[in-house]
Amino acid sequence: MAKIEINFGRCKGCGLCANACPKACIELSKSTRNNKGYLVAEFVKPDACIGCAMCATMCPDCCITVER
Amino acid sequence: MSVVFEKPHALTDAVLHYCPGCTHGIIHRLVAEVIDEMGIEGDTIGVCPVGCSVMAYDYFNCDMIEAAHGRAPAVATGVKRSLPDKFVFTYQGDGDVAAIGTAETVHAAARGENIVIVFVNNTTYGMTGGQMAPTTLPGQVTQTTPFGRDTAVNGYPIRVVEMLSTLSGTALAARVAVDTVPHVREAKKMIRKAFENQKNKAGFSVVEVLSTCPTNWGMSPVAALKRLQDEMMPYYPLGVYKDEDIHNKKEGNS
Amino acid sequence: MKGNEALAEAAIRAGCKCFFGYPITPQTEVAAYLAKKLPKTGGQFVQAESEVAAINMVYGASAAGVRCMTSSSSPGISLKTEGISYLCGADLPCVIINVQRGGPGLGGIQPSQADYFQATRALGHGDSRVIVYAPNSVQEMVNVVNNAFNLADEYRMPAMILADGLLGQMMEPVEFPETETAEVKKPWATNGHGGSREHNIVNSLYLKPDVLEKSILERDKRYKDIEAKHTTAESFLCDDAELVIVAYGATARVCKSAVNASRAKGIKAGLFRPVTLWPYPKKELVAASSNAKTLLTVEMSTGQMIEDVKLAIECKKPVEFYGRTGGIIPTPAEVLAQIEKITKTLDMEGV
Repeated sequence: MAKIEINFGRCKGCGLCANACPKACIELSKSTRNNKGYLVAEFVKPDACIGCAMCATMCPDCCITVER
Repeated sequence: MSVVFEKPHALTDAVLHYCPGCTHGIIHRLVAEVIDEMGIEGDTIGVCPVGCSVMAYDYFNCDMIEAAHGRAPAVATGVKRSLPDKFVFTYQGDGDVAAIGTAETVHAAARGENIVIVFVNNTTYGMTGGQMAPTTLPGQVTQTTPFGRDTAVNGYPIRVVEMLSTLSGTALAARVAVDTVPHVREAKKMIRKAFENQKNKAGFSVVEVLSTCPTNWGMSPVAALKRLQDEMMPYYPLGVYKDEDIHNKKEGNS
Repeated sequence: MKGNEALAEAAIRAGCKCFFGYPITPQTEVAAYLAKKLPKTGGQFVQAESEVAAINMVYGASAAGVRCMTSSSSPGISLKTEGISYLCGADLPCVIINVQRGGPGLGGIQPSQADYFQATRALGHGDSRVIVYAPNSVQEMVNVVNNAFNLADEYRMPAMILADGLLGQMMEPVEFPETETAEVKKPWATNGHGGSREHNIVNSLYLKPDVLEKSILERDKRYKDIEAKHTTAESFLCDDAELVIVAYGATARVCKSAVNASRAKGIKAGLFRPVTLWPYPKKELVAASSNAKTLLTVEMSTGQMIEDVKLAIECKKPVEFYGRTGGIIPTPAEVLAQIEKITKTLDMEGV
């Protein structure tokens, strides 16, 4: 059991989290923009998440909280 | 389930002003995590530079000082000499450390000041729009080397930690990177070691962190990580160039 | 005691805990004295790699909340101006000593007062001011050091002691008064929040013009307060003087002799000596020159303070100038000759 929470308000849509995720659980949204206009990262495959925190480790903006 | 990863307390809630994918944010977080883990936020004073991280004073929850361009090691010296039992770190870029502030950097090391310099090398002046830095690679195109850095005209990049490792006052001189998860973890270990050195009054510690500048490199954040690996790492090899307890060795060996 | 050493001892007694400096003639004794004495009082002496580094170490120590000082001479002060502007912008107190020598450029190493403009107007970019004291004896150097530390702390800004090579090298008897070191609380200091307060930030960067303007205007209020409350000057035989000489520092000593000599000849001359150059003692000068027909400014420069003299009296009376520069000290005889020349003209005009 693991999950992540992405703080959309802080997200700049850089994609480094998605790039780091070994299970391809994260994708950049094609439509959801935050208040700053960024297409945010979305947790698209919650079931595959192993809570490894590699996404959060690479996130430059401290958007991701990981629970396991 | 319990939280295994969240924003460290030593980072404020402020949203970082850095461009998307800029790895400054990762390095900020690593410093903050080390401060949290050592429980020293209330005893730490950070000094920020001029450059992209000029506003880092808004991002760290410890006391912060904004220094003039290149002068952070001198400012840190003033703080540390006044408050020898507090932790003092500077957070500086390549222009700050190795161009306008070379003298301050070298002499803080030579004096064996018990401070930590977190040196962010992204081979460019980011804040001013991507001019040639002292660490810009040969051939690298920047705003002021539009045809690529020509070493016959612009000279050669400075390998900062190699240079500082030759000084007797340096306790730790290491180069790390934040391009991959294992490298980020290694970078944190090295920053922790630098702060531990300060706790042990072991001497001057500098950790150079290879970082990206997707905006001024004209690349996507992911492609920028690739450039860091393919172009920067061969010129700036990762590793520990010096690791020695300078001050206590003197006493211990006598 | 030598002037430079007296300055240093006075600083220790005023509670100075850190000194950062770079060797330069003719202020070397200040650093040498502190290198010997400061560590014994639990203080820190650091010989910096440059003038620039020294003033930035002062910036750090001041931000940490301790009393600190640097000292230099003219070309070195030019190098420090970047740091002084940052100290002003971040509202940090400190004391800076300038034992002036001849300029411009490398100039010479003999006494000079040619840094008046720099001290009172140009110690850094931006709307910034520095309190400037111009003592004229070893004893007064001692006295103003303590004042400088106190005012700097109170108003959160740098203060400068503007001496010259003559005062620095001169030996005179001196008495160190029981100083009242004002214990100023510094809740703004970046000395580690210890978990008991929000984090402090020492900074001079304000990217929003309205915020920057507000910070400058707030500082300017403090400047105006100092101008109203902290001018100091000495008037000597000015009450009935028809000719008032205006001079500061070592030059004022020469002028005092000239005034005495002219009095012996029946010439009604007086001396007005500003002790603070910023803020300039304007009211005091107007009062001291109320009976004067003309004023004479004497400086070791080609004429810098004369502008403040004219501003102070709003150009209502003629202001003459006599100066030597490049490291040459005017003699009492030279000044007396000027006094006689001016008073002769006044007599001829039948005023």
